[in-house]
Amino acid sequence: MTANLMKNEVVAARGVKLAFGAVKALDGVDLVIRAGECVGLVGHNGAGKSTIVNVINGGLSPQEGVVSYGGETSGHGIATARASGVRCVFQELSLCPNLTVNENVRIMHPDLKGWNWRSRALELVKKQLQEIFPGHGIDCDSTVDDLSIAERQMVEIAISFAGFVVPPKLVILDEPTSSLDAGLAAQMMAYIRRFVADGGAVLLISHILGEILSTADRIVVMKDGRVVADRLASEMNARSLVEAMGNVVREQEYQRSGIARSSSPVLSMPPRRGRGLAFEAYRGEIVGLAGLGGHGQTETLLDLYLSRNGNWWPTPRDELAFVAGDRSLNGTFPLWSILKNLTIASLQELSSRTFIDNARENRLGLGWKNRIEIRTPDLENRILSLSGGNQQKVLFARALATTARTVLMDDPMRGVDVGTKQEVYEILRSEAASGRSFIWYSTEMDEIRLCDRVYVFREGAIVAELAGEAVTEKNVLAASFSAGEAA
Amino acid sequence: MKLSSSAVRLIIPAASLAVLLAAVFYMQPRAMSYTGLNLLFNLAVPIALATVAQMVIMAVNDLDLSMGTFVSFCACVTATFLQASPGTGILIFLGAIAAYAAMGVIIYVRELPAIVVTLGMSFVWGGLAVLILPSPGGTAPGWARWLMTSKPPFVPMAIVASVVIALATHFLIMRSSFGVLIRGAGGNVRSVERAGWSVVKVRAAAYALAGFFAVLSGIALVGLTTSADANIALRYTLLSIAGVILGGGEFVGGKISPIGAVIGALTLALAGSFLSFMRISPDWQIGAQGAILIVVLAMRLFLNRLEKREKSR
Repeated sequence: MTANLMKNEVVAARGVKLAFGAVKALDGVDLVIRAGECVGLVGHNGAGKSTIVNVINGGLSPQEGVVSYGGETSGHGIATARASGVRCVFQELSLCPNLTVNENVRIMHPDLKGWNWRSRALELVKKQLQEIFPGHGIDCDSTVDDLSIAERQMVEIAISFAGFVVPPKLVILDEPTSSLDAGLAAQMMAYIRRFVADGGAVLLISHILGEILSTADRIVVMKDGRVVADRLASEMNARSLVEAMGNVVREQEYQRSGIARSSSPVLSMPPRRGRGLAFEAYRGEIVGLAGLGGHGQTETLLDLYLSRNGNWWPTPRDELAFVAGDRSLNGTFPLWSILKNLTIASLQELSSRTFIDNARENRLGLGWKNRIEIRTPDLENRILSLSGGNQQKVLFARALATTARTVLMDDPMRGVDVGTKQEVYEILRSEAASGRSFIWYSTEMDEIRLCDRVYVFREGAIVAELAGEAVTEKNVLAASFSAGEAA
Repeated sequence: MKLSSSAVRLIIPAASLAVLLAAVFYMQPRAMSYTGLNLLFNLAVPIALATVAQMVIMAVNDLDLSMGTFVSFCACVTATFLQASPGTGILIFLGAIAAYAAMGVIIYVRELPAIVVTLGMSFVWGGLAVLILPSPGGTAPGWARWLMTSKPPFVPMAIVASVVIALATHFLIMRSSFGVLIRGAGGNVRSVERAGWSVVKVRAAAYALAGFFAVLSGIALVGLTTSADANIALRYTLLSIAGVILGGGEFVGGKISPIGAVIGALTLALAGSFLSFMRISPDWQIGAQGAILIVVLAMRLFLNRLEKREKSR
């Protein structure tokens, strides 16, 4: 029995300990993945999920404990892991944007040698894309730069699942659906089930608990660098999962502020391209922009922003603040400290006679650090020393610290853990109550349900407006998919 | 018709070269001949080689500020050692290429800014060049002289050489797996690393390749001028960077175009002749050359915007 189990092991990490300075990232983790199963891995941001993934794929060496591939303990490193059939799709997109799709295949598959590798690579990725996302419509000859963020993620997933000489034995997916809409995510999950049924193994990391519960066979819950639960998925539900992660489930009360529309809107926009409904936002409102991903929500936010701020010239007073969705692209200043990242938008208020008042800056930083619980010993640390969720909190604080009365948010919760989300929701509520307006594009239904009023987008235009009790998953979905259309 | 973004990247450099060439022919119809073309583009060949070398460095997100002094150094070695005792000359060149590879490794491993390291190295190369050839002089090796002054039928040597350089580097950088790796290291180092490649080797190879092209540039230059001087190619540093950018390359992200880079070098060489034909005094020529650069780059920016707008539609 044990021998048989050992043989089926694809990867086993036993008693792995790893510390970065004083921070114990992994504190004795046991994680065994066998062929033919999909293991779901959940946990808070900073629970050690990414670290254990990096240990398994060979990027980090454990200070204690062993990692074995297929029962063999000899050797460790990226090359060993890859030779054992371990592939990884990372949370942040990791294709080379300047190369074409087939050139990226060449990079990801070093064994694709010899003449004519271009056409073979193209064939490989086309076949795999067709298998995972039927009807994808991606032009595989184009450079990755020219693809949308969802298409890039699809390509990366396809490249990782593609087997050139040998099919991969274990594919690690870190938030694979963070940029995919519901339909593509469902195709993805269906493919994972087929892949697992054929004897492959998948390690699935996701903050969308429904995805994990419906797709994984076994769920591993991590907390503070340890595995705190390892049970069959059928024995768990969303509630028990969240409890295991250590978050108290807060009953969400949908207390929508009944705003009297007597005042004039703080922001408005005529229908986009002459189609659909006009956009309006009132004081103290949280307005949601819903619909399938990439149907004009981000463009609307940008248009709204540019309607009040010049493209080039600084405006004397800022009425709008923007929270970016793509942190690394247009959110953080990676070389700067947390404090500088936080205060960059409010420097005008912080300075007297064009000089920045350091004391005031520090006060502002500390105030926000305590208010939204940025988990860092020192605000002078670099922003990249924070986990993704905490970086996002800093970006929120940057927008909220300004005097702007309206905040635009471009799907900012992408890849943020449940606990952080709840904290941010709370802040949004209280800020809205004090008269701030929020315009919030989100791909997650739970967030849309928090909004006072929701505009649903389809094909670049607003097709429906839902308010108050009408904001339900059913109504939003119904409006996102037009009748009789296969979306 | 849908154009790939790399094809769009080539439109502006090709068009600007054509416009300049047409203007030169209009002002000086006699340039429209075998000898005329050869004279116009002769000095472009070493510039094109130096531009290609710079382009390889820029493909891995670095910038080489020692290109001019290194080409001068290579020219001095060509006019002395390579001519007198070819064995020693070749050994020196191999050592120089190895130094380039080591430079690439050190910049990556020690996480140093390439600009600082290459700026420092530029003094080293400059000093070595003065040591080898304290005063202008030396002689070009016979074969280099023969190669640069040979007269193939119908098409002048300068054009043949440019086309060969463009095609060879296009194949090497844009089509081969090796080129994909170099550009991949410029586009996203982490993904190249995670796929199990050695970034150190890739960068060493890229720098060595750049060194190789720079050596060729020095040899070609001496083949044209017949003698060398420690300061012969100082302006190549900025010319090569301008050539890469003019040809559609970008400073970061591994976005480069070898054919564009060669066209960019030709355009820069032609711009000088064009201004002389315009009878613009040498005092103003550098400024006018800068103006040409700004106009071309502004056009490219405009085209990029158009493309972006089209995409969002």
